[in-house]
Amino acid sequence: MENHLNAKIPEGPLSEKWSNYKKEAKLVSPNNRKKLEVIVVGTGLAGASAAASLAEMGYNVKSFCFQDSPRRAHSVAAQGGVNAAKNYKNDGDSVYRMFYDTLKGGDFRSREANTYRLAECSANLIDQATAQGVPFAREYSGYLRNRSFGGVQVSRTFYARGQTGQQLLLGSYQALMRQVNTGKVNLYARHEMLDLVLIEGKAKGIIARNLDTGKMERHGAHAVVLASGGFGKIYYLSTLAMGCNASAIWRAHRKGAFMANPSWTQIHPTCLPQSGEYQSKLTLMSESLRNDGRIWVPRDKNDTRKANDIPEEERDYYLERKYPAFGNLAPRDIASRSAKEQIDEGKGVGVLKNAVYLDFSRALKEYGKDIIEERYGNLFTMYKKITGIDAYLEPMKISPAAHFSMGGLWVDYELMTTIHGLFAIGEANFSDHGANRLGANSLLQACVDGYFVLPYTLQNFLADEIKNPKTDIHHPEFDKAEEAVKNQLEEFLATKGNKTAEEFHKLLGSELYDKCGLSRSREGLEKAIENIRELRKEFKENLIVPGDASEVNSELEKAGRVADYMEIAELMCIDALQREESCGAHFRTEYQTEEGEAKRDDARFSYSSAWEWNKNPATPILNKETLIFESVTPSVRSYK
Amino acid sequence: MMKIHLKIWRQKNSQSKGGFKEYTLDDVHQEMSFLEMLDMLNIKLVKKAERPVEFDHDCREGICGQCGVMINGIAHGPLKNTTTCQLHMRSFNDGDTIYVEPFKASAFPLVRDLKINRSSLDNIISSGGYVSVDTGQAPEANTIPIANEIAEAAFDSAACIGCGACVASCKNSSAALFTSAKITQLELLPQGQKETRKRVVAMVNQMEEEGFGHCTNTEACEVECPEDISVLNIARMNYEYNKSKILRNK
Repeated sequence: MENHLNAKIPEGPLSEKWSNYKKEAKLVSPNNRKKLEVIVVGTGLAGASAAASLAEMGYNVKSFCFQDSPRRAHSVAAQGGVNAAKNYKNDGDSVYRMFYDTLKGGDFRSREANTYRLAECSANLIDQATAQGVPFAREYSGYLRNRSFGGVQVSRTFYARGQTGQQLLLGSYQALMRQVNTGKVNLYARHEMLDLVLIEGKAKGIIARNLDTGKMERHGAHAVVLASGGFGKIYYLSTLAMGCNASAIWRAHRKGAFMANPSWTQIHPTCLPQSGEYQSKLTLMSESLRNDGRIWVPRDKNDTRKANDIPEEERDYYLERKYPAFGNLAPRDIASRSAKEQIDEGKGVGVLKNAVYLDFSRALKEYGKDIIEERYGNLFTMYKKITGIDAYLEPMKISPAAHFSMGGLWVDYELMTTIHGLFAIGEANFSDHGANRLGANSLLQACVDGYFVLPYTLQNFLADEIKNPKTDIHHPEFDKAEEAVKNQLEEFLATKGNKTAEEFHKLLGSELYDKCGLSRSREGLEKAIENIRELRKEFKENLIVPGDASEVNSELEKAGRVADYMEIAELMCIDALQREESCGAHFRTEYQTEEGEAKRDDARFSYSSAWEWNKNPATPILNKETLIFESVTPSVRSYK
Repeated sequence: MMKIHLKIWRQKNSQSKGGFKEYTLDDVHQEMSFLEMLDMLNIKLVKKAERPVEFDHDCREGICGQCGVMINGIAHGPLKNTTTCQLHMRSFNDGDTIYVEPFKASAFPLVRDLKINRSSLDNIISSGGYVSVDTGQAPEANTIPIANEIAEAAFDSAACIGCGACVASCKNSSAALFTSAKITQLELLPQGQKETRKRVVAMVNQMEEEGFGHCTNTEACEVECPEDISVLNIARMNYEYNKSKILRNK
């Protein structure tokens, strides 16, 4: 018997749903707000903007991050830009157009009402960030400048050089620090959430470990918000920061929050290729480079000539050839998969033959070096720092790498998970991007959730909490949770095997990338599940973590994160296996058109899978949220 | 492949006594990043059940500002405008000895080995490094045009990643470059100008309260800054500080 979930989508036409919701939402009067406490885990764009906005309203906020400062959260690394339907370019943009692009980009696998709200609130974000002092790029007239991004035919992307994420994050970090100064936010940096505490089925607090002292702490609240980001780091080699992890959402999942579409990971097409075994991350080169860069491989296999020695007619600009309407700005899933095809055919370039060229020679000729430098200077510098190569003189070598989790905790329209009082915002939830996220929509979603959605929906929830006293952190449920967390750490320390957490992580990552990455098959996924179980068994018996739990111990931190990855990996494979169709980033080799494009099956799979924890990682229960399209008819996604 | 000798600062906590410990790695690749070289050392140490070297790092692409060590006495190592994570071993030679120490300043208490606590920088921001605008108050973004060169100049200051290399490079352990970059960014933009007088005094006072030293214009900070933040920011901070003191009640 399948369970169907109710997303609590408001009544009315698509364009009025959010206003209708706000009209009906309950309020908390200003003098009652100071009696209510909220925990926010994570200080990226979603977490910092939510914590700051809630504190400005008058709530007492406790803000947690594992980094040494909230400003380090990985939103900082987003480069290219943030989308907003301002239509400053007068090129045909509108809220509806942006909504449709996002929905289509996600291969009609996202919730219509959420996606519309994302587009609807997008313009406000640009206003807010500008007011905070975010130095967006400007025209010489002084007005805001836009550029174009993948999967769209208008210019709606706002940017601050190649450091848009950093500048937006500093805006929300500063808003957060301003509230720290007023005393409305208590900041807990270098603290990691290790468990969620439920009292009578409601989220009432967390167990957090002070990473500097090893001390376990209990924190209670009237509601808990998870803004802990995505888990693409599960592949080990990814564009994410070393510390990015899924532990907060996974531990919430084990306490009853459903995980939706966990296997949908965006593999970003423009990253620096792996150059050796020791490598710890694959650096992202912004998608914005595809505005002016042309992607190609040599026409013939095993061409060993240098890029500049290959004449024009012996190059294959495969994206321009296959997708003439969008060309080099085809959406990410399509660009990544096309690169993989070329590499698999033996046309890859570079020492390990694992890359394709991204060539600026035409743009350099057309606009001159100065303009290109102004647009992408910091990216060219970064490329040179890492590879030692000057991309003004020869093409960059790029390859696909794991990047963004479209999946995450299932949330309803109010961004509440299946646990009462537990909310998930930003990349930690699943709701807006469907099976593939469009470029420059992730910064947007994080901000819209934190600044403009959660302050309304959380307040609607808190209105019923006024009568409830502060959470008692001596409640037996806190004892139990703390005990369990301590025991787990002791187990890691007591195993005394001879493989480090990092070595396990690398093995898990390459298995997952191989069988549950850019393309998946029944055979591969079944094999992966077997191998992951083996690896998990070995992890239990053969892990080594030196030192103890009462001090700084980064190996112990890693062990906890990898232990969770070991379980999520299996759920990702199970999720990919049950979805017998191809959509967006989820490409099942059994389900493709004759031309090798993704073949969706709307009759059977027009739903979000929401998995329920059931005692162990092998037996999750599938719940479904049927996707209802009231305003659009899902079409075959074509970028030709 | 290169052979690299390391002398790394090991210290259990801020109370205990620290010292250099020697390690040798035989199989360092030129293409490795400096931190990947430390990862390699740590895997070897952990496998021998020894405590790995604790160091700060996260994004490994030069933007989060969490990494940062003194490499042969230079903050973030020998390359100009480069964070520790973006430094690669091709900047060293086979047989080199490399000294690795934490950023040292009394406002940056040591946590363990190369890991330090830089929350003093957060406290400076908290004292006034923002525009006091609540969510929802913002006017339409294009109502206040900002000349391209002003926006670009503001960006130059805003690019600071808060790593603390300026403090570690300064003989006075001054955070003047860090503090002045934020003051300048917000002073240049019309959105931030309204609060300049109050901001500059609050942030300068906080800097002192956190135990950072004074600036004596040696300009070492600019030389080691991974983001190439200019010391002209400091000049502007001093100017704005004096102006706001003189004009206090006017």
